[in-house]
Amino acid sequence: MNTIGERLVAEPERYEFSALPIHQFDLARRDFFKILGAGIAVFVVAKDTLAAQETAPGSPSFHSEELPKEITSWLHVGEDGVVTGFTGKAEMGQNIRTSISQTLADELRVPFESVRLVMGDTSLTPFDAGTFGSRTTPTMTPQFRRVAEAARNLLIAVAAKEWNVPPEGLVAADAKVTDPTSKRSLTYAELARGKTLAQNLPAEDPITPATEWKIAGKPLPKVDGRAFVTGSHKYTSDVRLEGMLYGKVLRPPSFGATLASYDDSAAKAMSGVTVVHDGDFIGVAAPSAHEAQKALDAIRTQWKEVPQVSSKEIFSYLKKNAEPSSSERFRHQKGSIEEGLAAAAHRLDAAYNVAYIAHTPLEPRAAVAQFADGKLTVWTGTQRPFANRDELASVFHMPESNVRVIVPDTGAAYGGKHTSDAAIEAARLARTAGKPVKVVWTREEEFTWAYFRPAGVIEVKSGIAADGKLTAWEFHNYHSGMSAIETPYDVANQITQYHQVPLVLRSGSYRGLAATANHFARETHMDALARAAKMDPLEFRLKNLSNARMRAVLEAATKSFGWPRKRIQDGQGFGLACGAEKGSYVAACAEVDVDRASGGVRVVRVVEAFECGAIVNPDGLRNQVVGAIIQGLGGALFEAIDFENGRITNPHFATYRVPRFRDVPEIEAILLDRKDISSAGAGETPIMAIAPAVGNALFDATGMRLNDLPLVPRGLRKA
Amino acid sequence: MAIEIEVNGKRYAVSYPPDTPLLFVLRDELGLTGTKYGCGEGQCGACTVLLAGAPRRSCQIPVSAAAAKPVTTIEGLEKEGKLHPVQQAFLDAGAFQCAYCTSGMVMSSVGLLQSNANPKPEEIVQFLQGNVCRCGTHPRIIEAVQHAGKMMQERAR
Repeated sequence: MNTIGERLVAEPERYEFSALPIHQFDLARRDFFKILGAGIAVFVVAKDTLAAQETAPGSPSFHSEELPKEITSWLHVGEDGVVTGFTGKAEMGQNIRTSISQTLADELRVPFESVRLVMGDTSLTPFDAGTFGSRTTPTMTPQFRRVAEAARNLLIAVAAKEWNVPPEGLVAADAKVTDPTSKRSLTYAELARGKTLAQNLPAEDPITPATEWKIAGKPLPKVDGRAFVTGSHKYTSDVRLEGMLYGKVLRPPSFGATLASYDDSAAKAMSGVTVVHDGDFIGVAAPSAHEAQKALDAIRTQWKEVPQVSSKEIFSYLKKNAEPSSSERFRHQKGSIEEGLAAAAHRLDAAYNVAYIAHTPLEPRAAVAQFADGKLTVWTGTQRPFANRDELASVFHMPESNVRVIVPDTGAAYGGKHTSDAAIEAARLARTAGKPVKVVWTREEEFTWAYFRPAGVIEVKSGIAADGKLTAWEFHNYHSGMSAIETPYDVANQITQYHQVPLVLRSGSYRGLAATANHFARETHMDALARAAKMDPLEFRLKNLSNARMRAVLEAATKSFGWPRKRIQDGQGFGLACGAEKGSYVAACAEVDVDRASGGVRVVRVVEAFECGAIVNPDGLRNQVVGAIIQGLGGALFEAIDFENGRITNPHFATYRVPRFRDVPEIEAILLDRKDISSAGAGETPIMAIAPAVGNALFDATGMRLNDLPLVPRGLRKA
Repeated sequence: MAIEIEVNGKRYAVSYPPDTPLLFVLRDELGLTGTKYGCGEGQCGACTVLLAGAPRRSCQIPVSAAAAKPVTTIEGLEKEGKLHPVQQAFLDAGAFQCAYCTSGMVMSSVGLLQSNANPKPEEIVQFLQGNVCRCGTHPRIIEAVQHAGKMMQERAR
């Protein structure tokens, strides 16, 4: 993700951002407003808008309308001493509720337990573009440090006024302001009582260096952990409102199919059933899920289907259908490829294919929608609450201020929950039914009607000198995307180019975007080049790599792995890969075991080193890194969406294989804590090196170079 | 016609078609939403409950088949404010991320530990193979189950 200030410039592969909502309807408009309790509040305002606001008296006017979009985070110290942080970010397992709370507690000098966080609620939290792109930690951590520091200074100022002493000598600690001279102290709760103080701040860098953190930097447990082990946490799919109906949506038999004829008389005759047919939308709502299903099954339809591209021809299709106009826009060139290739002692050209894969969050897309007093409230597990609100407002022709989207902590997303499909469907049904409606997608719907990580073709031309130095590097990505498309290696002559292709399947963001595909191609190719130069893959990389942070993760991972390893049994192989993206660095070493008789492949051990600057919560980070390795193994080894003429042919866990316990290797995650570097996000980069590391280990074991993801969907046949 | 079921020690009469999966009766009728829908196909384990003490996929059990046997859900594990050792061990190990799989993992693990108080890691892997965790928290889950086994043995002493 590129950012200019906090405005987002989406990479081209974020296809879902520019897609139209899946349905378009009519609706009426109303207003809303919100109230903030007494106490002390501090707002972070984007720098370039602060100057303009300073001419206007008072704090931003969040009473009449929604919060201005320029406010990116804010904090409230209540009369009860409870500290509440507000952020439009969403919690979906990446543990930012905990890490942000730690940061707030740290900077405000209050116990961790007294902090709570309101997240992802368009009526209560500041505007946020979405929880993606590893942006939460690098943007929210410094901002919350700023608001907390300002709140602390405000509290000190209030105490100084109370005691009629200069504020400089007062100390804030343990949720109290103390005057060391007179030994007087007042709690934050006492200081906030009856106040309505507000302050605006420019967004700036953090003030307390990581070396002085006291609560941040510690492996604190997940906030509300008890609610998760007791089953009491309410995910979207657990929300139940008074009088709520259950909704189901009729899906076409294939992508691109249009309705030819339709008979819903039997469904409409069922007691308590609402049938909605609006444009291309057909859905039902009923008092129970099984009645809704029965009604849906009773609707007779005929569809007009159109031929669609199938998975067996997808890679040649992508190559043939690249848009020539995109070539120059997404081209980066330096030096001369011709000269670089002419100077090469070894040349290597190769093509790599990457399949479509599905996010398959365990909680499928879900939403509960309620119309009341002309306002629409939707609970939904989305990574983009404000974008969902805007889409809802758009399709129902309502003002945004009459739509509220609330995101309960969500059963994962991995980049897959950016769109508002289930929210729109539930709301459409609720509008006609006149009652709240819940829609929970089935697993098959999730596999079919969500969006996928796009497939891609990557072509690489390269050359190295006799000493192993890269002389030429030409890299073309067709369709999958341009994240991490630039090589981190030192090479004077290079071309990198992204080629857009019109969508075949609905596609969009996936953890790390195309960085996984681009790393797979690059690091597989680097391994093949090392072999061509008869050099050790680590030595070869280090020879072409001057980036110190990348070298550090490579050295940490290989040292712990024991690189170079000697094969002690047939079928054993070792591979490594490294990479960088979004301000963090990763290197992975993998050991595989291939059963030559059966073609069975087992990843035995993975050692991965990861560095993302100063670590905010090492326990949560370890969960993210280990989780990325395991999730990455699925896409590396066997995950692929199969499709034929507009139908997904493996839309079930029985046929779409995801990593399970038996697939999990021995994992060692090495976390390098760079307290001198500001914290980067960690949700994505740890997934990027695993596929090439495993592929390179498979080559080491068998001598077979596998250039396609997934590497071994049906085992290693020719081993 | 009402079907009588016993869940977490309480009896309920529910009016559902007999072939309705137990999962939906638990969630939609009894409000016991700790048991999760993950696939409805018996492939992910998110809906695991104990049926007469044995871990079963509630999405695959018709409510009529649950009538004769006591059902325990995640909500029934905590006793007098004290977490079940498996819940405590998951909490201690931080063995969850999005935690949507946690109820099913905990229920399956309770089932495992009832028949095998001191499972080896490979036995846990074998037993939990049908439970999907998409966040990749498997190593900590194995660690938590082993730890829970030890806690249960200590409590039994």
